[in-house]
Parts: sequence; C-alpha cells; structure tokens
Amino acid sequence: MPPGISLSDFYYILPEIVLTAGALVLLVVDARLPRGSRALTWVTMAVLLATAVSLVPFRNTDVEVSQGLLAVDQFALFFKVVFLVAAAMTVLMSERYLQVEGASFGEYYFLILCSTLGMMIMAGSIDLISAFVGLETMAVSFYILAGFIKPNQRSNEAAVKYFLLGAFSLGILLYGMSILYGVSGTTNLRTMATVFVGHERNPLLVLAVILVVAGMEFKIAAVPFHMWAPDVYEGAPTPVTAFLSVGSKAASFAMLLRIFVEGLPSMDADWRLLFEMLAIVTMTVGNVAALTQSNLKRMLAYSSIAHAGYLLIGVVAGTPRGISAMLIYLLIYSFMQLGAFAVIVMMRRKDVVGDELKDLSGLYHRQPFAAFAMLVFMLSLGGIPPTAGFMGKLWLFGAAIDAGYVWLAVIGVLNSAVSLYYYLRIVVFMYLKKETIGSEPTLSPALTLTLGVAVAATLVLGVYPGLLFDLAEASARTLGASGVTAAIR
Amino acid sequence: MISAYIPIAIFVVVATGFAIFTLVFTSLIHPEKYNKVKLEPYECGIEPATDARDRYSIRYYLIAMLFVIFDVETVFMFPWAVIFDQLLLFGLIEMMVFIFILVVGYYYAWQKGALEWV
Amino acid sequence: MLVLIPLLPLLGFLLNASFGRRLGKSASGAIAVGAIALSFALSVGAVYRLVQLPPDARAIVQHVFTWITSGEFEAGFTLRLDPLSALMILVITGIGSLIHVYSTAYMHEERDAEYARYFSYLNLFAAFMLVLVLGANFVVMFVGWEGVGLCSYLLIGFWYQKKSASDAGNKAFIVNRIGDFGFLLGVFLVFVQFGTIDFQEVARAAASLSPETTFGAMSLITLLLFVGATGKSAQIPLFVWLPDAMEGPTPVSALIHAATMVTAGVYMIGRNAVLFSHAPETLAIVAIVGAATAFFAGTIGLVQNDIKRVLAYSTVSQLGYMFLAMGVGAFGAGVFHLYTHAFFKALLFLGSGAVIHALAGEQDLRRMGGLRRELPITYWTFLIGALAIAGVPLLSGFFSKDEILFRTYASGHTVLWVVGLLTSLLTAVYMFRLVFLAFHGERYVPAVGHRHAEDEAPVVPGDHGAPAAGMDRSGHPHGHGRPGERLHDAPAPMALALIALAAGSILAGYVGLPHALGGSAMLETFLEPSFTIAGAQDSGEPAAGEPGDSHAAESGQALELGLMGVSTAVALGGIAIAVFFFLRNRDLSGRVAERFSGLHTVLQNKYYVDEIYDATIVQPLHIVSEQGLWKGIDVRAIDGAVNGVAQAVGGLSERLRRLQTGSVRAYAASLFLGVVLILGYYVWR
Repeated sequence: MPPGISLSDFYYILPEIVLTAGALVLLVVDARLPRGSRALTWVTMAVLLATAVSLVPFRNTDVEVSQGLLAVDQFALFFKVVFLVAAAMTVLMSERYLQVEGASFGEYYFLILCSTLGMMIMAGSIDLISAFVGLETMAVSFYILAGFIKPNQRSNEAAVKYFLLGAFSLGILLYGMSILYGVSGTTNLRTMATVFVGHERNPLLVLAVILVVAGMEFKIAAVPFHMWAPDVYEGAPTPVTAFLSVGSKAASFAMLLRIFVEGLPSMDADWRLLFEMLAIVTMTVGNVAALTQSNLKRMLAYSSIAHAGYLLIGVVAGTPRGISAMLIYLLIYSFMQLGAFAVIVMMRRKDVVGDELKDLSGLYHRQPFAAFAMLVFMLSLGGIPPTAGFMGKLWLFGAAIDAGYVWLAVIGVLNSAVSLYYYLRIVVFMYLKKETIGSEPTLSPALTLTLGVAVAATLVLGVYPGLLFDLAEASARTLGASGVTAAIR
Repeated sequence: MISAYIPIAIFVVVATGFAIFTLVFTSLIHPEKYNKVKLEPYECGIEPATDARDRYSIRYYLIAMLFVIFDVETVFMFPWAVIFDQLLLFGLIEMMVFIFILVVGYYYAWQKGALEWV
Repeated sequence: MLVLIPLLPLLGFLLNASFGRRLGKSASGAIAVGAIALSFALSVGAVYRLVQLPPDARAIVQHVFTWITSGEFEAGFTLRLDPLSALMILVITGIGSLIHVYSTAYMHEERDAEYARYFSYLNLFAAFMLVLVLGANFVVMFVGWEGVGLCSYLLIGFWYQKKSASDAGNKAFIVNRIGDFGFLLGVFLVFVQFGTIDFQEVARAAASLSPETTFGAMSLITLLLFVGATGKSAQIPLFVWLPDAMEGPTPVSALIHAATMVTAGVYMIGRNAVLFSHAPETLAIVAIVGAATAFFAGTIGLVQNDIKRVLAYSTVSQLGYMFLAMGVGAFGAGVFHLYTHAFFKALLFLGSGAVIHALAGEQDLRRMGGLRRELPITYWTFLIGALAIAGVPLLSGFFSKDEILFRTYASGHTVLWVVGLLTSLLTAVYMFRLVFLAFHGERYVPAVGHRHAEDEAPVVPGDHGAPAAGMDRSGHPHGHGRPGERLHDAPAPMALALIALAAGSILAGYVGLPHALGGSAMLETFLEPSFTIAGAQDSGEPAAGEPGDSHAAESGQALELGLMGVSTAVALGGIAIAVFFFLRNRDLSGRVAERFSGLHTVLQNKYYVDEIYDATIVQPLHIVSEQGLWKGIDVRAIDGAVNGVAQAVGGLSERLRRLQTGSVRAYAASLFLGVVLILGYYVWR
C-alpha cells in the first residue's frame, strides 16, 4: 500500500462507496428491466437508504482520510444527510413527472445518484482538488439532467445555458484556486490555513478570494452571478429544478464554508465584507424580482436566490452559531422548497404544464391536501410562525445580531416582509380563486408521501426545532475546531 | 520564486513566435496558383462523392463518442503502468475497480443498444 | 395542564378544517363551540387554582418543551399563568364562547363548507390568542401575535368574493406588518440588551437598572414594541385598518376587532410594565398617542353613518383610553378598562349584528329607525351596552373609565385628563346618536323609484356574502322589511349571547369597585403582581388611591369622588346632547352639520387620513414597485401582473426582469462584470 493510504480509509468512505456501487447496480438493473419499469424508483430509494444507513457508524468520527483529501466529520455528516433527504424526495416526486413527460427512468436516477455522490464529496473535501472533483461530478450530472426532457426546447435551452455559464464560472473558480495554490504552495485547506498565519495581507490572495467567491456564488446563485438561475430553473424538468435549488445549493455552501472558514480564516476580514455586500444585494434583488413573476418556477428561482442571500448572513456571522443556523436553515429550506416543487410536479398533467401561477387557481377546491401543503410551504418560505421557516430565519438573524451585524438582520427581516407578498399571492390563487384550468390534478402515492414528509418536517421543525439543534451545533463546531481556525478566532 | 516561471515564459514566447513566424513567412513566399483539384476539400486524390454538408446517421456520433470515452479512459492506464512497481497489489486492485466501472458502463451501453447499427 | 387551554381550540380548528365540509352545520358548530367552551372551563379551573396561591406567588408555569437553544439564547415553549394572563384567558374564552354561540345562528345562511371554514378560523384565532397571552417569553408571544394577525386577515376577507372585503383584509395585513416589523426589532433589541427574552427575566434585568432619564436603549426598545402595539391595537398612526376591518362578519368584529385581538397591544405593554416604567420617555409618548387617538377617533365616530363603523371608531377611541392609562403608569386601570370594554363592546357589536341580521344586511344608520318596538331584546341589551360605554354610573364602563381618568389626573397630566374627559363626552354623544337613529324615531321608508343621493354615498355592501347579493341596490332592498312588516328579533342563540353580555356589562365593573365607593379595587390588587417584580421597588405608580397612607388615601378618595362627579356629569351631558339633537330635533342636527359643513366633511372623510397615506406612502411605493409590492396579494393586481406585465412599466421589479434577457452572452458578461466590479471595489478601497 502506498504511503499515506491505509485500508481504514476505505472504511471511512463507505457511504460514498455504497452510493457508487448502488448507482452501478442501478445501471445494470435498468439494462435488464423493460423500459419504463417503476421498480427503478424503489431500487434508487433502496440505494439512498443503504447510503444513509452506512452513515450511521460515522456519527461521532472526526478524521482525515486519503492523504488529507477528505474529512469525515460531523459537518460533512450533516450535509450528507441533507443531500440524501433531498435526493430521496426528488426521486419520489420524479416518477410521476417522468411518466407524464415520457422520459426514461434509468439514466435519470443514475444521474441523480451521481450528483448526490458529487455533493457528498464536496461536503467532505478539505482539499481544493477533491472539492473540485466533487463539484464537477455534481455539475456535469446536472448539465445533463437539466436537458433531460429531450423533446422540450426549454429544457434543452436550460441545459446549454447552464453548461456554458457553468463552464465559464468554473474557469473563474479554477483560476482563483490556482492562485491560492500558487501563493500557499498547497491545495490542502487545513495546511493552507496554517501557511497564512502571521503573514501580511497579500494582494494576490485578495484576488484569489474574489475569484473563488465568484465561482462559488455562481453555484449558489447569488447576485450578480445569478442570471442563469431563473432561466435554468424554469426550463429544467421540475424535479431537477427542485434538486438543483436544494442539493446543489447546499453542497456549494458546504464547499464555500470549507474553503473560507477552514482554509482562509486569516482572510476573514476580506471575505466577510464581500459576503456581507453580496448577502444584501442577493436578498433584495431576489425578492424584488420575484414580485412580478407569473411563472411559479421562475418565482421560486428568485425566491431561492433570496434564500441564498439569507444563508450568506450565516457565513458573514461566521461564528459557530451562525454556521449552525445556516445548517439548520439549509435543512429546513430543503423541505419547504422540495415540497413546493412537489406541488408543481403534481400540477403537471397531460394537458397542462402547470407551472404558471394561474394554473394553481382553485387548487383548494380540487386538491385540499396539496393546497394546504403549499400553504404551509409558502408560509414557511415567508418565515411565518409556527413553521420551520420562521425558526430558521430567527436563528439566522439572531446569529447575525449576536455577531454584531444588526443591520444585516434588519435588512433580512425587511426582505422577508417583502417576500410575503409573492408567497401569499400563490395562496390567494389556490384558496380564493374559483376558475380552474385543465383536468383534475391527482396525487400519486409517492407524491403524497413526499408532500406528507415535507409538511410534517416543516411543521414539526417549526414547533420543535430542538431535535435538530444538537446535531447542527456539533457540526458547526467541528468546522471551526481545527487548531488554526480556533486560534485566529 | 519568480525565476521558476522563466522556462514557462520562454515557452510562451517561443510558441507564439513560431506561429506568427510561420504565418507571416509563408504568406510572404508562397506562390498563388490555384486549380480545380487544389481547391477540392480533400486534397488526397479521391474525388468527393457528394457535398461535404451532408447528413450523417446519429449512430455515427454515438459510436464515435463511445470510442472517444473508452479511448481516453485508457490514457489513465499509462501513468498507472509507470509507477506500477511501487503500487503493487493495491494499484492492481484500484485499476481493477476502475476497469470494472468502465465495464459496467460498456455493458449498459451495449444493453441499451448503443452499439447496434440499425 | 395550561397547554390544553389553547390546544382545544386548535383541535377544533383541525377537525373543522379537515372534515368540516362533510360534517354539516350542526356538527361543525358543535365542535367549535364545544372546543372553546371546554377551554373556558379549563381556564376557570386554572384561574381557580391560581387564586388559591398566596398573592405574591401567583404564577403557574408550564414548560411544554424546549423550543430553541442556541448558545446563550434559549427559548422554551413555556406558558405562564399569572393574574394578568388569567384575566385575559377568561375574557378570551368566556366572551369567545358567547360569540361562538352567537355565530351559530348568525352564520346559518352560509353553505356548509363556508360555515365550517368560518368556525375553523374562529377556533384557530382563539388558539393563537391564548398562546399570545399565555406565552412566557417574547417568541411564544410573537407566535400568537402573528397567528392572530393571520386569522384576522382570513376573517376580514372571509367574504372574499366581495372586493371591498378582500381589500380590507389586505389593508389590515399590510398595516399590521409595519407594526410587526417594529415589534420584531424591539424583541431583537431586548435580546441584545438583556440577553434573554423571557418576560420575567427581562423584567428582573430591567428592574435592576434605574429608570432612564434620557432616551436610551430601554426607551428605544419600548418605543419599537409600542410601534407593534399601535399596529395591532389600531392607534395613531396605524389605526386605518380597523374601520375597514368591519367588512368581516359581525361576530368577528365583536371578538377580534373589539374584545380580544386589538387589545393585544395593551396587554403587551402590561406584560412589560416594568420595562415600560423604566422608560418614562416612551410612556409619555404612549399616553399622548393614546389620548390623541381617543379624541381623534371619537370625533370621527360622531358623523359616521355605518353602524359598524361608528362602533369601530369607538373601539379605536376606547383603545386610546387604555393606552392613556398605560402611559400614565396606571397599568391596572388600563387592563381593567380592557376587561370591561370587552363586555360592552362585544355586546354592542353583537347587537348591531342582530340589527343587520334582522334588516338583511342593511348597515346604514339613516335607513334604520324605530327598531325599538320590533327588536326589543336587541334594543334593551344594546341600550345597556351604550350606557356602559358612555360611562353612566353603576355600569361597568363607568368604573374603569373613571379609574383611568382619575389616575391620569392624579399623575399630574391635566391636559391629557381634559382630553380624556372631552372624549368621554364624545363617546356619550356618538353612542346615543347611534341608539336614537337606529332604534327610535320612525322606520325608514325607502323612496320608491328614485335613487336617493345618499344611496350612493356610504352604502356598505351587505354584511352577508351570498345572501346580501340579493339586496337590490337600485331602490328597495328586499327583506328590508317595510313598515308594518314584522322583523324578527335575535334568534335564541343570539339572544342568549346578548343577554349574557348585557349582564356582564352591568356587573363586570364591580370586581374593581374603587376604594372611594367602598370597594377594595379587587381586580387591580389582583393584577398588581403582574406589573411589578417580586422583591423589587414599585414601578412608580402614584401613591394616591392606594391603601396604607390613610391621610393621602382620604384626600385621594375625596378627589376621586369629585372627579367621578365631573365625569358623570359629562356622560349625562353627552347623552342629553344626543337626546337634543338626534331624538327631539333631528332637523337641527342637519342644520348644524350644514353650518359647519367644512368640519363635517373633514370628519365624514375621517380627516382624509386614508387619502393622505395613499398619497404619501402608497402611491410612491406603487411607483417603486408598481403593482407587485403594495397590492401583491390583491387579486386584481395579480390578474394585472399576469395579463399585462408588459404595460406595467417603470417598476424596479420590472427593470430587473428586463435585465433577464435570456442571452447567454449577456449572462456571461454579467458574471464577468460582477468579478470586475468586486475587484474594482477592493482596489479602490
């Protein structure tokens, strides 16, 4: 065995191995089964479940593996749970959508699993190389997924746009990373943190920070690197949009935290200022632009841009409390965002595309449960108690105040007040309008399950968020625990 | 630190210099005599049967892409072969895993009919 | 078991919301009434246990679960019953039960599904309101605070087919968001300042500091909290939503917009009495805003012609009284008035509901008259309510209002006392104007075949959604019984509620009978522990009127008796004015109105406050974000946005939309530009 690698490394990356093997099995099964077999959904769910189970032994580990490429700690664990939950809900809501669109299951589920694998690697990476490999694994899968509905022009357009702009932003990111490597002489983030201690501020490093921020901001769709999001979100297949807006965003936040909090704590004055500005702009632009959207997917795209802005507040705060608030908010956000998209998936019927605001009118009279679920998600996205969204915002803004960024919290609160208008517009359409469009929307068992889980999670976490707290707090602490980071703080 | 980049700088200068030199030099000295054969797309002596802008079967691209993918993957085996004497059994297993994943992909493509020429 | 008190109505809500459509009216009504009545029974039990405890240890705390822990920030979902919340839950569940009963008859013409929807909202409201008053910290209170706002919004817009109703709902929602924003900021600052959000701990921390002499952190906190209170409790400048809120069903107006929710702001100040009494600057503002609102709303109430609007302005005015009391540090008196007001204002609203019910949706006072003989129960109960609110001795309103006026005077705010007294006069006048116009005189005979000019003016679309649609706008509303045709007095459930509330309006005041009249100010003594902190100094209330110093007490009592005489005279004088103008010489009142037509028009148009807000705030906002921001939830605006975004030019939102060209090159350029801009900023810095 070559130096630096031991057999135990394979034990620590067991979840990733299980997921990879599962994805391969899925391919083989898909090749053997007749086209359109629904068994694939359950194979995929089984793979995700097996991966989740394989996470269990690593509840309390905190080690570096593979010559310092990956860290297996609670921070990574928390994110892996978020990814798996998001992937599972995406898979559940995809079945119906793919059937209506007449697309095949096999490659689709395989790509979902691949992108999940990429995300898991991103969350665990403490090295620029592995982080980049994870990012690419995720991104390439998403480029294909975005264009998965081949006969649909919008879907094709979304894929091409996402690919071109994604490649462009990756170029910027890589440029920043190469400067980081050039200045520090290492790609390992934890080593990098020690290299810069005590050095005076290097202008080249500022450039690197800006470039890396730009590359990452593209992935989380923060203003002004957000332009792709509405177009891609609108064009991509709805479940893919859901997964893109949740999984990809969460993974990018994980990577962003790893790079800046673990790798560049000495530059925190610079990146905090940067994130502070970006957070304000992102929240505001996202919310204001969402006001006049008439397409649900576009509206949710802008809403997800705004949420990226809220989440950035946690990065700015940078304290363990801020980071734990971010983690919690990401999980909560996953549930409410995926739930909202599941409703839009339900609206897709043979005769209706179902992603326009007016398509929702009268939903309360046709599908009371779906309408109620959507109401919960909208209230939660808008931050109204007793939903989880309220708790999440409370924590985020509270952390900002705690860290001395009162002004940022004030802008956040103002923004969430603005956002209520477009969220409630959806409610108005569902509950107060009578005229309906097209055939009766129906819920499949899988969709009901998705909605049920999302509603339950949104409400339970809103009423009793203590469940999550310990895990998030412990996760946030592991991130800040590496010696240098703690010392600098 | 900076001195380490001098070879790269020289390389950049030489590469651009060569390209510019070639273009300028040939345009200065080449004779301009055209005839029909010389203007044909393929100057290899075979007469073009149809216009170059023709439709190709999509299969062609599929096979070509599969070829490229597997071709590129083999490239990874060269560096592996170079240090195989240090990696030994571990390296062998790793490469087997890698090839196994390729084989699954190959199997999948095969089963899905990507290799069949209809 | 405290948690069961809000849990039961919540359960009722869940039942009616999920199965209501299939249950039928009697079942969903029974569920709703049962839920709130059981909750009332539990409240009585809980309060009984509370009273058993020694006075200085009267608190029952139930920690339901740990809600949020985050560093040193900790908030449990904790409920706390103390004298103040005890009084509140009794009012909420007690009067709430009566209004639920009343509603079973009032809403009977609705379809089953709508009926269930109505009761589910009503129960949900009760649940949130109970959470609001039982919450032991700001976050729990905020949950209730937002929840009641949501229910209020849903209930105001209950007849959403009606444009005015959904507009009113939006207005209430938006105005309240402004207040909530202040409240939330206040809570943030409380946490920053004191490191806790538990009411008890905040009070303890505040008590350890000396009262602020200049405008400092505590003044800022309390001022922000007060901004929240002005939104919820309809005070200047955020009172505009409450009169419009009368678009909701009348029992809702009675419960939410008179008896309970709108008093949340008063309650919140009472709950943070220690904090507020350490911020004298804010208290002064509270007192002035309260007195100004009381007077201002009273003058508007004088000339309104819609029966419910008169009552709405009267509510605003009475809430002003309560804030006046809070502002002069007489927290007990303010809460006392809150409590008596809940009875007589609910009674008045339900009485007006009975009138509207009998007249099939008619709300214009000028089309009533002479109802005394045909609606005897309604008339007599309404009269009791009017006497109580006017402050006629021996009825509940007299004691509480008088206590406020006395405390205002005793604390040296003579000007505010005069304003209060004038408001008292106005109250008597407009209430008896209402009584005389509606119940005395001759029945209104609609002029057949030609439209009265006044038909145009303040005709408020019928209170009944679907049924009222049958009201013929062009001349004679049918069902608007012509003279000679018998009208139906309140049906049994409605009559029951009216009579019970009338009894309450008479008797409720005696629990707070002042020392001057041989009572023991029982209620205020009971409430006292809620406004102070155990073992700490008193919050600086005037000593007069308190037992102990017998000499001071005696002179205080003499003063109190004197002031009582003055206010009694004022109340009776007000009634006399009303008798003169609206019973004996109706023509004269018209002439007076003509004589002072300028003033009359200003009053009739409510000082143009809505128009001023529209011009200074609404229109500019419209321009900034066209239809999106202000009328975002307006159905009309949605259609506009969906159909004709192209026409809507100039909005910020629209500009952002324009930027989204769809061109990949433009996007890539913006990406690059973003990097360059950021880089430029860093270089420039």
